[in-house]
Amino acid sequence: MSRLPFYLIVVLLLVIGIGMSLHRHVQFEVPWTPGEQRQVWEIEAQVNFIADGGPVKVEMALPSTQQGFRLQDEHTASPGYGLSFIEENGTRRALWTKRDATGSQQLYYSARMQVTPRAQAAPVPPPSPDDDTVWERPYDTAASQVIERAWARSADAFTFTRELIRDFSDERQGENARLLLTQFDRVPLLVRLLNQAGVAARAVSGLELEHGRRRQTLTPWIQVYDGDDSAIFNPRTGTKGRPDNLLLWERAGQSVLEVQGGTNSGVTFSMLSRTQPAEALVRERVTESSGTLLNFSIHSLPLEEQALFQTILLIPIGALVVVLLRVLVGIKTSGTFMPVLIALAFIQTTLATGLIGFLLVVAVGLVIRNYLSYLNLLLVARVTAVIITVIAIISLFSVLSYRMGLNAGLTITFFPMIILSWTIERMSILWEEEGPKEVLIQGGGSLVTAVLAYLAMNNPWIRHITFNFLGVQLILMALILMLGNYTGYRLLELRRFKPVTED
Amino acid sequence: MNWTTPGKLRAKGIIGMNRRNIHYIGRYNDRRLYPLVDDKLQTKLLAQRYNITTPALIGTVSTQFGVKHMRRILDGHSGFVIKPAKGSGGKGILVIECIEGGHYIKPSGTHLTLPDVERHVSNILSGLYSLGGSPDVALVEGLIDFDESFSAYTHEGVPDIRVIVFKGYPVMAMMRLSTAASDGKANLHQGAVGVGIDIASGQAIRGVQFDRARHDHPDTGHELASLHIDNWRTLLELAASCYEMTALGYLGTDMVLDRQHGPMLLELNARPGLAIQMANGEGLRNRLDLIEQQANGAAPAQRVDFAQHHFARRSELVSTGEATA
Repeated sequence: MSRLPFYLIVVLLLVIGIGMSLHRHVQFEVPWTPGEQRQVWEIEAQVNFIADGGPVKVEMALPSTQQGFRLQDEHTASPGYGLSFIEENGTRRALWTKRDATGSQQLYYSARMQVTPRAQAAPVPPPSPDDDTVWERPYDTAASQVIERAWARSADAFTFTRELIRDFSDERQGENARLLLTQFDRVPLLVRLLNQAGVAARAVSGLELEHGRRRQTLTPWIQVYDGDDSAIFNPRTGTKGRPDNLLLWERAGQSVLEVQGGTNSGVTFSMLSRTQPAEALVRERVTESSGTLLNFSIHSLPLEEQALFQTILLIPIGALVVVLLRVLVGIKTSGTFMPVLIALAFIQTTLATGLIGFLLVVAVGLVIRNYLSYLNLLLVARVTAVIITVIAIISLFSVLSYRMGLNAGLTITFFPMIILSWTIERMSILWEEEGPKEVLIQGGGSLVTAVLAYLAMNNPWIRHITFNFLGVQLILMALILMLGNYTGYRLLELRRFKPVTED
Repeated sequence: MNWTTPGKLRAKGIIGMNRRNIHYIGRYNDRRLYPLVDDKLQTKLLAQRYNITTPALIGTVSTQFGVKHMRRILDGHSGFVIKPAKGSGGKGILVIECIEGGHYIKPSGTHLTLPDVERHVSNILSGLYSLGGSPDVALVEGLIDFDESFSAYTHEGVPDIRVIVFKGYPVMAMMRLSTAASDGKANLHQGAVGVGIDIASGQAIRGVQFDRARHDHPDTGHELASLHIDNWRTLLELAASCYEMTALGYLGTDMVLDRQHGPMLLELNARPGLAIQMANGEGLRNRLDLIEQQANGAAPAQRVDFAQHHFARRSELVSTGEATA
């Protein structure tokens, strides 16, 4: 009898399983460990204004997915206000409206932005540089001198911007710059000068993200275009490039907040940084690219079915624990895979509650089953009676624990009742035939197996691996096939046969 | 330390559960043949066809309706045994030694009435003792008149002899002596004494109870060293011929010695346990390996010759006199 086909199957399963897992890891960047976190910023914008008593219209710029940040979700809280979102040219704005409002008003908007290097912004068309700006005397001369000076020391749009901003920064401020700053604000001034020099530029508003900050305001930044390229400049230092913690709240050079029918308006921001498992991201990416056979994935199912599969895909792990304990250790259990089902129930109930609940139900069930055996019933009728008894016990415990304020007791309903009934029946017969010692051995064996299966199935890493890498199922299959071929001693046999080796 | 190492067990030739299941039962026992041995009625009928002695069959009860006719079946028999056809491990076996004035008396002296006996039969039929609780048939057999020579070695129950037959060769044998601890049952894990029997001579080699070596019977105090089975050769040939009868390659045969009829086949087991290795103080591995090298087709008598020649052992038991000396 050749074992070659067997080993071929095992090797094939291993190769396919490992291959599938590697492909998923490389192609979809699914991490091997569940611990990998992504940073998420929770940002809340609070709009304050005093309403005049008439109709109110509030328009605010909203952030959107951009380089470095992906918009996960957003919420608003503005009781009594009508709300609409306006999207145009890659920018988003919220419009709150109300027929009449008086006194201090607060509108809230919150967004969750995920930090991810992969996110890309929807393109916003570059502004057209309008060089027909008219300067009053003596500012026109100052402006053109400043532009000339920076132009002479630069080679392209970006370097020109840098030189220009430097001329306005503290240490190199010339007379011209000082003169211009007395009349104009720094950022609109810089944009105006840039435009006059024929460089497409606009002022954008950014939020510097810092964990736990409250009552923050937006800071103005300058976005400069050179052909299709664009860059963000710090208007105070001239540094090119967007800092990693800068979220561009408004990217089109428009106003951030416009209030009609109110005064003293302002918007402040508070923010929190949170970490979130990378899996949400994985789910998105996989759903985006599902379709081909290689991308065959549980993630393409509806969420409810995914949750179901998360449990289903764990069952082979529990079964593997049973196989290991029976084949390698030699533990006796009551009912081969009953411990796996009990372990599944433990996942719902948590271990301590589950153990107490299991012992209570089985103990009370055994007492009642003991009485049933005096009635001398046919087997199926007897087991059915036990099932009803188990349901009664579970109901009773649920109600009792709820009355006593122990909500954990309610999870007892997750126990598989039919399986419990058979367990009670089997243990009861075992008790009659072999005595209480054997019941303890098999019952204890079942519980130990169930607890170990629970620990394995509840392990975050194992949950992550089984759910995200379907190839693991094939590897498990290969492992179990190999275990099924194991002819060596069981651990407990080393104890059982010990006396033979003594002489 | 209560643990040994795999290396030591391998040196002793001990086979474990996994190896038994895969290498012997899985390979040599065709599953479709299991019903022949799992159903004692089938085994009995088959044995009769192959002229293998079994306890006399008084009758069978297969319907609850038939329970009412128990009295008619039992008529004229002073002692009998009622057992479930598909029972395992000696469950559901009721032994009645004699009937006195309408009372049925068990070996322990307990008196039963006819309704008691009928209820027991009814329980058997409803599957109380059968594997998986499936409906069963009750067998009524004649009482085994077991050999007086063993009465000193047993407590209540009938001592039976288990012979492992591999490919028709008797490989290893042990006698199971019931004790007070085992409650008259012959199951080793319940406390019966297992006595390894030399295949060549039928002489006791070694005794164990609860996996520990023993030199005497715990209840009667009788030395095991003097235990010797008469008609040993006949018993081995009977066991060996069960291979032709069932075609199962790895078989446990349970035999008893009847005073009048000699060795009898009690039941067969397609998944015999490994405790026999403990009783013999030796693993099955070397013997099974040797048999695997033998060509098929030898007659039962030849196979017994081969086994008696190759598997001879010297007794490890000492009589108490020598031990104290």
